[in-house]
Amino acid sequence: MNLVTNNKWIGQRTIRPDGMDKVTGRAQFAADTTMPGMIWGKVLRSPHPHARIRSIDTSKAEKLPGVKAVVTSKDIVDFPIDKGAVMLGIQDMRWMCRNVMARDKALFPGHPVAAVAATTEAIAAEACKLIEVDYEVLPWSIEIEDAIKPDASVLHEFNKWEGKPSNIAGRLEHKKGDIAEGFKQADVVIERTFTTRPVHQGYIEPHACLISVAPDGKTTIWSSSQGQFMVRAMTSMLTGIPQSDIRAIPAEIGGGFGGKTIVYLEPVATMLAKKSGRPVKMVMTREEVMRATGPTSGSRSTVKIGAKKDGTIVAAHGTFYLQAGAFPGSPIRGAAGCSFTPYDIPNLLSEGFDVCSNRSKVAAYRAPGAPIGAYAVECVMDEVAEALKMDPLDFRLKNAAKEGTKAAHGPTFPRIGYIETVEAAKNSPHYAAPLGKGPAGTLRGRGVASGFWFNAGGESSAQVNITEDGNVVVTTGHPDIGGSRAGIANICAELLGIDYKRVSVIIGDTQTIGFSNLTGGSRVLFASAMVVTQSAEKVIQTLRERAAKIWNIDPEAVKWDQGAAHPVSPNAGQFEPLTLKELAEKAPAMGGPIGAGVQLNTAGADGGFGTHVCDVEIDTDLGIARVIRYTAVQDVGRAIHPGYVEGQLQGGVAQGIGWALNEEYIYNKDGKVDNPGFLDYRMPVCSDLPMIDCIMVEVPNPKHPQGVKGVGEVPLVPVMAAVASAIYNALGIRFYSLPMSPPKISAALDANVKQAAE
Amino acid sequence: MADIRYLAPQSLDEAIGAFAAAGSAARILAGGTDLLVQMRSGVVKPGVIVDIKKIAEMTAIKEGADGSFVIGAAASGMALYEHPRFGKVWPGVLEGINLIGSKQVQGRASPGGNLMNGSPAGDSVPAMIAAGAIVTVQGPNGRRELKVEDVPAGPGRTNLKPGEILVSFKLPSRPSGSSDAYLRMIPRTEMDIAVVGIGVSLTIKDGVCTAARVGLGAVAPTALLVEAAGKALVGSKLDDAALEKAAEACRAACRPIDDKRGTIAYRIKTAGVLLKRTTAIAAKRATGK
Repeated sequence: MNLVTNNKWIGQRTIRPDGMDKVTGRAQFAADTTMPGMIWGKVLRSPHPHARIRSIDTSKAEKLPGVKAVVTSKDIVDFPIDKGAVMLGIQDMRWMCRNVMARDKALFPGHPVAAVAATTEAIAAEACKLIEVDYEVLPWSIEIEDAIKPDASVLHEFNKWEGKPSNIAGRLEHKKGDIAEGFKQADVVIERTFTTRPVHQGYIEPHACLISVAPDGKTTIWSSSQGQFMVRAMTSMLTGIPQSDIRAIPAEIGGGFGGKTIVYLEPVATMLAKKSGRPVKMVMTREEVMRATGPTSGSRSTVKIGAKKDGTIVAAHGTFYLQAGAFPGSPIRGAAGCSFTPYDIPNLLSEGFDVCSNRSKVAAYRAPGAPIGAYAVECVMDEVAEALKMDPLDFRLKNAAKEGTKAAHGPTFPRIGYIETVEAAKNSPHYAAPLGKGPAGTLRGRGVASGFWFNAGGESSAQVNITEDGNVVVTTGHPDIGGSRAGIANICAELLGIDYKRVSVIIGDTQTIGFSNLTGGSRVLFASAMVVTQSAEKVIQTLRERAAKIWNIDPEAVKWDQGAAHPVSPNAGQFEPLTLKELAEKAPAMGGPIGAGVQLNTAGADGGFGTHVCDVEIDTDLGIARVIRYTAVQDVGRAIHPGYVEGQLQGGVAQGIGWALNEEYIYNKDGKVDNPGFLDYRMPVCSDLPMIDCIMVEVPNPKHPQGVKGVGEVPLVPVMAAVASAIYNALGIRFYSLPMSPPKISAALDANVKQAAE
Repeated sequence: MADIRYLAPQSLDEAIGAFAAAGSAARILAGGTDLLVQMRSGVVKPGVIVDIKKIAEMTAIKEGADGSFVIGAAASGMALYEHPRFGKVWPGVLEGINLIGSKQVQGRASPGGNLMNGSPAGDSVPAMIAAGAIVTVQGPNGRRELKVEDVPAGPGRTNLKPGEILVSFKLPSRPSGSSDAYLRMIPRTEMDIAVVGIGVSLTIKDGVCTAARVGLGAVAPTALLVEAAGKALVGSKLDDAALEKAAEACRAACRPIDDKRGTIAYRIKTAGVLLKRTTAIAAKRATGK
């Protein structure tokens, strides 16, 4: 559905540049790097959910043969709590320094308290056992309702709520109109409370790094992250080594989904390397990943929506409590800010509460907070539509946000594509198709839901160089987690008018390309396409000038077309075109190497909207819900590489189906995660999912040279509500908590049968 | 750091000698699909590993003249899958074995390892119990036979004596009109562990069930033979009343726990549902309908 059809490369499903390496096993992930003299680091982690650390004695560990260095919080730069926030992006370094190594208190099972580097992993692990930590075990709470009780054990005494120490670390609100007045006008008001469990991003590649600190302090980091500059900055701040001395080299990344936007190992490994004088490698086990890296928040949300008989929503109120884990900073902005945004609601109050509790610190997960909020809001939307006897998509169309709508979180929308997504869903073959009947003992249902995510711009740098043989190397500063290299190659090939295969896109390290912000917020292709476009335009300008010089005509009389310089018209002169290859050959004599770089703080990233349709089939004896058909509709701005855009939509849906049906952190009575592995933390496998159909609606972003909008996060936002509504449609039972796992569905069906019998 | 000694004896006597000599520090390695995972996670740290795959008897699959089968304890799931006859005679045992791990794991995973791992949720065990399999074990004091249901002693434990190695499974010959089936409940569609697993083996003559055995997994500390369920089916035409009686026997046999994999109530209910479904599949196979 490309709006512009005369493009040669933009909109093509070109072969992914990293594909061959990945399928042949050549791709270098973080754990694949080794160095001569390398030793291994291991982390000693707290067994307690909450404990004061009275003392740490590392002397026995230090004496174990093979041990080369031991690190505790004394080796990590302290950012004192009472001196105020020190922000790096959305992370407060006061929390980061305490998250990578516990200081006065251990705040969750798995919280690092010390680390050892030794000649083998086994010796390092043995040495960890020799470290004696004197803990004063404290009462703890993990669930929101426990953490906000007045008598709950408080994680951070300095944190006050209503004048008293509390685990409520913050509140955010978006407000529009007057909800009390609004609800008075409503004919139908529905209010429901929902809970969701913490879920992990589930990247296949565990956190890993190899770090070398030379005697002169020059530090090299090989690690897998969503931002080598974030790794450099955080490591610098937490170790005191200046950024100019740290070269952070991004490895190929085996999944991140937001979870690799912070560091865990790098500052610790850097200090181990510095103290030992040896390169130090650290690789987390899956269990460490599950216990100590950020799942997203568990939540408790209450949503109330009031509408008139004609379907007009007059008021809405949402209250979203999100678990932050050990330190403040849950994604309440996504929950409170995104959930009502698809709708034009005159009276709205959307509140988010940030709640600390004794589990690992939350990390970003694909549209952080937005899926949690949308789950609650979209489920209530479905109930209101039902109460009004309206088709749920018509109800959404009736209230849809459009150009000129003022969103509660601030902006007045420019031209947006939300309505187009609802209309496309309504007109889809899927929505028109009858549900059909499954085998005996099954029931089918269909549900729909919408979702919104902000999308981000921010800092990006690019360098476009013409090689001596007339090909192109593009360097950007963003780890590629969603196909940005292929997208950039398409754009560059288009602009330069050359074959896609002649463009090589690489990701630079921190000392070879200019600052580029994280891969996150669905920002990478939006932002890097801008800097790459401007760089390519500069290169084209140079090429025109070179041709003009050779032809001895004015540069304005030269045009760039189909990979070659041509005179703009016969009047300009009669010259054979000069190709990129020819101009590259002549470059040394004509002014030197050809290349250009651009660095920008990009703006103009429009938010993204999606609308999903989901069919489920439920085995009513066993309570197993299977998604049998799924269509994701999204306003994608402009699909530079449609295959990758569809991949993003399908990947988001797959994660949402897991969140809806089976994924959850299960804690045991000691406050420890009871399912820290992929056997019992049940992400969907391939056979659990149908082929996920995608409808890409293209409403180009007018503020972007190619019309790009971020696409990576929106597709997770609507999923859980779409699945929940489909299950309701099948069974006539509404579920107000996730996951909708077989025992839960089965118990609800049994309760229904029992109720009917009584 | 203690090293691990790896031994790959060519004969059973050699293996038994080495295994008995090493005492409790030794572990038997068949496919390793449980052992290596446990070693990596630090659950076990064996001093000696005795790899039994090089011993011919341990991987052999033999069909006797009477139609019985003897399969080596370390025969892989894939070798059984590719055997021209085994899956035709024991489709339920084969489907239980083939559910261990993933396709890739099947090249290594074995029914012997699955049994000796001692998990109440092992997929091949209920099917083997239903089949009436007899195992041969050999130790320093010679060979002996046990019913397969008598092997597990509890989670992670078996009734084998110190130094004894599981050698083979013998599946009996059976009259025409016999077949079996295995079903398990998992929240996903694959790559998962049974919340409940059930094997049913039947003989049907002239529409009447003349023999039936039911094995039930993941609902008690060990996989169980549910004799009452089999009895409820024998003599019936597998009508609803008989099926419900057998399902009730399965539910009554359950002694499950509430855990991350399922609730007590859910497991009990599921045992009954799966009894009916598995019996239907086995009956269809037995009658060729």
